[in-house]
Amino acid sequence: MRRDIEHQSDEMLLERRRPVIGVSRAAMQEEKVGRSTVIEVTDLGVYYGDFKAVSDVNMSIRQNEITALIGPSGCGKSTIIRCFNRMNDLIPTARVEGRVEYHGVDLYGEEVDPVEVRRHIGMVFQKPNPFPKSIYDNIAFGPRIARYRGDLDDLVEESLRKAALWDEVKDKLGESGLALSGGQQQRLCIARAIATSPDVVLMDEPCSALDPIATLRIEELMFDLKDEYSIIIVTHNMQQAARVSDRTAFFNVTLDDTGQRTGYLVEFNSTDAIFTSPNEKATEDYITGRFG
Amino acid sequence: MATSFVDVSQVVRRKLTGRRRDIRGVVFAWGLLVALLLSLLVLAVLLYDVTVDSLPVWRQRTVADFLRSQLSANPDVAGIWQAFYGSMLLMVFVVVIAIPTGVASAIYLEEYAVDGPFSRSVNAVIRNLAGVPSIVYGLLGLAIFVKLMGSITGPQVEGRSLISGGLTLAVLVLPIVIITTAEALRAVPGSIREAAVGVGATRFQTIRHHVLPVAAPGILTGTILSVARAFGEAAPLLLVGGITTFFQIGADATFLDIMQGRFSAMPVLVFSWARLPQEGFRSLTAALIVVMLIVLFLINFTAIYLRDRYEKVV
Amino acid sequence: MATDSTTKQISLSGDPRRQRRERWWRFFFLGAAVSSLVITAAIVLSLVGEAWTFISNVDLSSLWDIGWFPRRGAFDIRTILVGTLLVAGIAMLVATPLGLGAAMWLSEYAPSRARRVVKPALEILAGIPSVVLGYFALTFVTPQVLKPIFGNEVAGFNMLAAGIGVGILTVPLVASIAEDSMRAVPLALREASYGLGASRMLTSTRVVFPAAISGIVAALIIGFSRAVGETMVVAIASGATGGSLFSLDVLQPGQTMTAAMAALAIGSDRVRGEDFAFQSLFFVGLLLFLITLVLNVMSERFVRRVRQRY
Repeated sequence: MRRDIEHQSDEMLLERRRPVIGVSRAAMQEEKVGRSTVIEVTDLGVYYGDFKAVSDVNMSIRQNEITALIGPSGCGKSTIIRCFNRMNDLIPTARVEGRVEYHGVDLYGEEVDPVEVRRHIGMVFQKPNPFPKSIYDNIAFGPRIARYRGDLDDLVEESLRKAALWDEVKDKLGESGLALSGGQQQRLCIARAIATSPDVVLMDEPCSALDPIATLRIEELMFDLKDEYSIIIVTHNMQQAARVSDRTAFFNVTLDDTGQRTGYLVEFNSTDAIFTSPNEKATEDYITGRFG
Repeated sequence: MATSFVDVSQVVRRKLTGRRRDIRGVVFAWGLLVALLLSLLVLAVLLYDVTVDSLPVWRQRTVADFLRSQLSANPDVAGIWQAFYGSMLLMVFVVVIAIPTGVASAIYLEEYAVDGPFSRSVNAVIRNLAGVPSIVYGLLGLAIFVKLMGSITGPQVEGRSLISGGLTLAVLVLPIVIITTAEALRAVPGSIREAAVGVGATRFQTIRHHVLPVAAPGILTGTILSVARAFGEAAPLLLVGGITTFFQIGADATFLDIMQGRFSAMPVLVFSWARLPQEGFRSLTAALIVVMLIVLFLINFTAIYLRDRYEKVV
Repeated sequence: MATDSTTKQISLSGDPRRQRRERWWRFFFLGAAVSSLVITAAIVLSLVGEAWTFISNVDLSSLWDIGWFPRRGAFDIRTILVGTLLVAGIAMLVATPLGLGAAMWLSEYAPSRARRVVKPALEILAGIPSVVLGYFALTFVTPQVLKPIFGNEVAGFNMLAAGIGVGILTVPLVASIAEDSMRAVPLALREASYGLGASRMLTSTRVVFPAAISGIVAALIIGFSRAVGETMVVAIASGATGGSLFSLDVLQPGQTMTAAMAALAIGSDRVRGEDFAFQSLFFVGLLLFLITLVLNVMSERFVRRVRQRY
């Protein structure tokens, strides 16, 4: 059931907004149990030099679901998600402990090439960052360096369709990606990320730099993408997490005696459970707005 | 009551709109402008003076004749051919040796090196190298290219060859190329690199397809300007043998002969001619300077033109 | 929860050929970077080597002789050191007011249209080769400017003209660095000053200038270093003779360290490897290198202070 996002006007999108609370029990029972795990996180800790940014995270990300990471700022959500595609390698002082298993393979194993990891696990960043190249080249770059043997034109069109951007740009594929609006740029970045046929798509606060209408379009897009990809989204906007995700992980910060702030996982459950009947008090305080 | 209200507004109006005589401020501002204009005035006077001094030469001979004539003790027939040819060849050395090495070094320092004692000391070394007087590079050339490697660089002339001169200039210009390239690389936003890495590009792929294209205009400008700098240098060449003025570019001289033979260059020729007492050489020197300035102008113009052209193609 | 179902074998070990290529590229770039270190080592070694030969062999009394006549065995360092200081000093007397004045006008007063014309003009001045300035000093400054003022007191070759020439050369450098540091002063500081009703002159001199002082000092030090290292202007305008007496008279010819080195090199048919004169060349070069090195390191300290502030 492919919703035709591109041809919906902004008004129609606004009317479609899902209510935050009040999902029926029936809907909850529909949820398939026993979906396979795509990423298994065990005792994950991240250090920047001596500073412990994140401690002892344990979670399982399931296939073809949207998993949201929420929590106050500074609790390490971005740090964690960047462990999943080894982006933390770019920071010289970063060190990772524990295991992150992708389909059973430890991402931080000796034999693993980070470049290869990123072709399986794609990323969309907070501020849209299309390359200063044409729209076509933006999407074609990833497959080209991965030595894609098929028809690039088809691949570009398919990626743009899946990102709900094709109709808007099909006549101007040669124009610069930077000439698009903010929301379009971010959809271009999504198209770029899925062009390499990844398994998992990581999204680090993808809508925080966008206006509400653009945000809604991308949220709609995520529902469709979920059929083919597993999506992990970091968001500081709780309502977005409630709208969009299947499961939610809530993170918080502790202050130890030296003043170091370390992030840790408080609770990880289905979104409905987190938002309607959380187990931890901290979770409840956060979602009711008592802090954060 | 009403009158006092009117009085107040009158007073305020007078205060706010009266022209305050800030003589000191005006004099100060003009003083600054004079400082600036004086510098530019000197430039203008210099250019005018040199052009006027060179007029006798242009009245007597054509530009082509001046360029193509060989060096001579007779001011009426002396030309700048050897010096011109020498300068051009020396520029080729700089372009071929200093630019690739410099750009590659900068790429390593900005894109590969981890911030640590090694890279920080290399950066400090390069900054200091850029501040070393050019004549000290002449000493380096003298000690190493002339004396030590004389048998390779110029066996017939005890090492005081074009090759030695070219290598010396290349070494002189290298730190500048590194610094300007590094600046251009640093100006590339980190988000582009992140995006490329996120799509599965290796470091080299990121550099080649994303960083370099964006940094290219800046790199190009920097390298061309360093060529211009090398073009104007005389002191290091003096030490490496450029003063030995007469070198024959006979029809039977092979390329290697020229490389390994004595050489001259335009700035060095200015130096020799300026010291000659004969009146005729005074205008010859001025004419040579005019040619040099035109060449420099062309080089700079090329740099700016190329930079503007590439910046549009983003 | 146990993972299941996925039977596809994911290999994340990557393409070994690509990895090898990456390593080669890294090695290539590293080699280029190492070359710069090699050059420094070469400079220092060559200088120190020959200079040491000189010092260890020379009769030390000849270092304090009547003048600098290397081919006659007189290696009075004072002569050329004083010459350098005089010329560089005159140069800074020229470059400081002109350079700082221009910088302040560009930074605080100039409308943007004027900037766009003036800055390139200063760049042009910066690009003029030093031999051209030397010619100008010799053929214009001395006869048209100095002779009218000083009459017959001034010689055809003199240090004053050379100093003025070097000063003109240094103006763009001083102006550019000083202007950069003045523009780096945050707008907020200026706004605070204007908000209190201060005039532009007061703001520029009492607020911006002190705030930018580290960068301005750095500009002056770098200018001075450049003036110390300048060769050709002096060689042409002050006479690159084989030697000179100790002299403080700037209206007469004199030698700086750099011009002395150039003069030594010109007599190239006599400058052979084993000659004292040849080695004195390196000795002077080493001194020059050390002086400019110290000056450059000092200026870096000042630049770093600017960066820390903002």
